[in-house]
Amino acid sequence: MAERERTGMPPRGGVFVPRTRVMDADDMRRAVTRIAHEIVERNHGLEGVAVIGLQTGGVPLARRLHDALASVGDGVDVPLGALDVAFYRDDIGLRPVLPEAVTDIPFDLTGLTVVLVDDVLFTGRTVRAALNALNDYGRPMAVQLAVMIDRGHRQLPIRPDFVGKNIPTRFGEQVDVADDGVTIGEIVRRQP
Amino acid sequence: MKHLLSIEDLGADGINEVMRLSDSFVEVSERAIPRVPALRGKTVVSLFYEDSTRTRLSFETAAKRLSADTMTFSVSSSSVNKGESLRDTVETIEAMGIDAVVVRHKSSGVPWRIASWVEASVINAGDGWHQHPTQALLDCYTIRSRKGDLGGLRIAVVGDIMHSRVARSDVEAFAALGAEVLLVAPPTLLPASLDGWPVKVTHSLDEVIGDLDVIYLLRIQRERMTEALLPSLREYRAIYGLTPERLRALRSDALVMHPGPMNRGVEIDAEAAEDPRSVITAQVSNGVAVRMAVLYLLLGSGADLVIGGDQ
Repeated sequence: MAERERTGMPPRGGVFVPRTRVMDADDMRRAVTRIAHEIVERNHGLEGVAVIGLQTGGVPLARRLHDALASVGDGVDVPLGALDVAFYRDDIGLRPVLPEAVTDIPFDLTGLTVVLVDDVLFTGRTVRAALNALNDYGRPMAVQLAVMIDRGHRQLPIRPDFVGKNIPTRFGEQVDVADDGVTIGEIVRRQP
Repeated sequence: MKHLLSIEDLGADGINEVMRLSDSFVEVSERAIPRVPALRGKTVVSLFYEDSTRTRLSFETAAKRLSADTMTFSVSSSSVNKGESLRDTVETIEAMGIDAVVVRHKSSGVPWRIASWVEASVINAGDGWHQHPTQALLDCYTIRSRKGDLGGLRIAVVGDIMHSRVARSDVEAFAALGAEVLLVAPPTLLPASLDGWPVKVTHSLDEVIGDLDVIYLLRIQRERMTEALLPSLREYRAIYGLTPERLRALRSDALVMHPGPMNRGVEIDAEAAEDPRSVITAQVSNGVAVRMAVLYLLLGSGADLVIGGDQ
């Protein structure tokens, strides 16, 4: 969703042309529920766990995961935040990087186990930037990573802790995560 | 976008984009450590041929919060005193390797000349009577943060319109965002021609004061006045100053704004400056966030480049 909007917007230009449906709405719902259980299992409950979505694609997923945790987590209230990493990217100047939305972390991270949530894990650069950004808000005890899609092609030593689905892709493809499903396709650039 | 020289360069879309970005930088400014690494390795020079407190400090603070390096050039301690020309000065500075020049000069148009000489981005921080775009951006942002939107607001700009670059930039920006702009000034302090200005003009503040969303007071610029344009400052205060009486006539939800530095007791009384409706200090703190947005847009975002293909 966010991915398609972002890449479809000027100045990058181009239209997302879908090709293969890889998850539908039910698949996504089941994946979110499973990840919620895995988070509870890994952390022996939800005491001291916080969920932070990466702007913008990770934010709706973080909200869904937060709701799922509320129903499996024995009534522990998990703090929810949103993080924009535009200012921390190492490829500023190489590609358009404008903040998507305002970072909103209304709690102190220090000592918490932070679960970062994003829609697609690709090169790992967004996650690296997010780790740097988190440092400016506090010192989490641990950081875990939950993504809906791991599409490979990592350029940094980063791995996810919780994955909705592993999908092998070609480098030039685009993965579109929407509320109602996941689609692989291409960005076709408009002719100038 | 390479340079920020005038509000016209931005248009309504550009102004809105800067304001949207500024939200993120306000968040950065509120942090315990208000600094992000976005412009690491970039150098920003402030080249001020005219005195300034808030604009220069505001730009330098903005650059530092983005982790850029800053250099300050002040005319009084430079080779300008040995007769070095503007062009030689600028080219010397550029040869040291810089990414942006923030320039203020007493002559209109100087930033355009500099932009034609250098590779670096040029930001106009005030040229003569002409333009002061970042002031207009921070004014729009301050109004938006209190009122939600500028569309349909009645905004009066009061005072020395003729000598004011702030007025020229503000009028363009307010009008571009759909506000109704009213100039309130004595005939001697209005420009000779207002052709093409999207404004209404009145000479009586008392007639309009009860019906304003924003009253924007301009500084009486004694240093730019070469002839006797006002009988006396006391008379100016009596007719155009924001006095306690006029403050009472102002609506309870109106905003009082001033670009600073204030002449207390001339265009604005101390009581008005301290009134809860006054957003003058908010203008200053928003100024840092807005200038961060401008620097980031020009130097950091790469928004002009069309390189895609990653997630």
